[in-house]
Amino acid sequence: MDYKDYYKILGVQKDADADTIKKAFRKAARKYHPDVNTDAGADARFKDVSEAYEVLKDPERRAAYDDLGREPKFDKGRYQPPPGWNDGFAFSEGGPQGQEPFSDFFETLFRRSAEHNAGMRPQQGADSHGRIEVSIEDAYRGADRVLTLRAPVVGPDGQVTVQERNISVHVPKGIIAGQHIRLPGQGHAGEAGAGDLFLEVTFAPHPVFHPDGQDLYLDLPIAPWEAALGGHVVMPTPDGKVDLRIPKNARTGQKMRLKGKGLPGPPAGDIYATLKIINPKVETEEARAFFEQMARELAFDPRAHL
Amino acid sequence: MKKSTKSVEVVDALSLKDLCQFCQADEAWVIELVEHGVLSPIGGQPLNWQFVGTNIVRAKKARRLNRDLGINTAGVALVLELLEERDAVLRRLAQYEAQT
Repeated sequence: MDYKDYYKILGVQKDADADTIKKAFRKAARKYHPDVNTDAGADARFKDVSEAYEVLKDPERRAAYDDLGREPKFDKGRYQPPPGWNDGFAFSEGGPQGQEPFSDFFETLFRRSAEHNAGMRPQQGADSHGRIEVSIEDAYRGADRVLTLRAPVVGPDGQVTVQERNISVHVPKGIIAGQHIRLPGQGHAGEAGAGDLFLEVTFAPHPVFHPDGQDLYLDLPIAPWEAALGGHVVMPTPDGKVDLRIPKNARTGQKMRLKGKGLPGPPAGDIYATLKIINPKVETEEARAFFEQMARELAFDPRAHL
Repeated sequence: MKKSTKSVEVVDALSLKDLCQFCQADEAWVIELVEHGVLSPIGGQPLNWQFVGTNIVRAKKARRLNRDLGINTAGVALVLELLEERDAVLRRLAQYEAQT
């Protein structure tokens, strides 16, 4: 595992007082909270600062951590705490319950055997929560996906290791972003049975379709003559190509609705195609002649209302 | 290693009690969110409440903001509204940028 420099993560000095640490954490937490910051790296940064604060806010844990000393000059990923490193420190073990595990470093050093002390009677394991990113096509048809989960596991000797396990998840047809799927018995282990695993569904960004609930939006480019004359054009849906009838004198920005072609479900969503008239590039003499003829013969001033 | 599973269900409606367990929150806190208009359950009495659709993900977000950042209910309500507005604006911006 990697050594974690909790002071560096929070951007504070080693001798910072509790107040400074709290302030640094609060500021970073606001900035990187995954519900507020949608950047790809924010989630990981938030976990890092939460983990750092979890250790540094507790005087005993902080003392035990400080006692480990500086980051040793080992190879990356090969860090091992010295034997007996936490003798004489009476910090409370375990981290926040029901959350995703922190780093291997934290789980091994600070969550050690916490589960053994918790309560006398057998307890139901806590539910755990996670996210799953699916494509719009998967949501359209349903799909099977394999998800890798990391969870701290206490061995018979009280030593904690972070284990990975793969579970296969069926993405139900018609699922939409923000919905949760429940996998019974796949949460944290407990003596009286495991809790449930809840996965919040998010959509992977799609090059063509922008989802909003069950509806899908897209920009549909059309040629000036298709817009002027109307008629049928072929457009994509997640389920394949369909015919769309364009009205005569269609405008850029005009929205066409394809009822029931959005994400399936009772009732199915719609697809909204926003028309976008694209001019052909004039590169040949013929094309130039066409446009010159239009300029001569069509009494059209697009700026008449200005 | 646990055996893999394929039994899944979509969470589409939760009672007050289920939502509390889902968010690891107590009933008083959920009721406060309802009073602030953050959540709109179906059903008249709290005992008959059913939280459906986006209410579930909103409750979870609210709980995370409350727990991680120490924001009170009124603050959570405001943050969620602003975030939803921001997301709508970002979506529109992405559409405009795609056109140019």
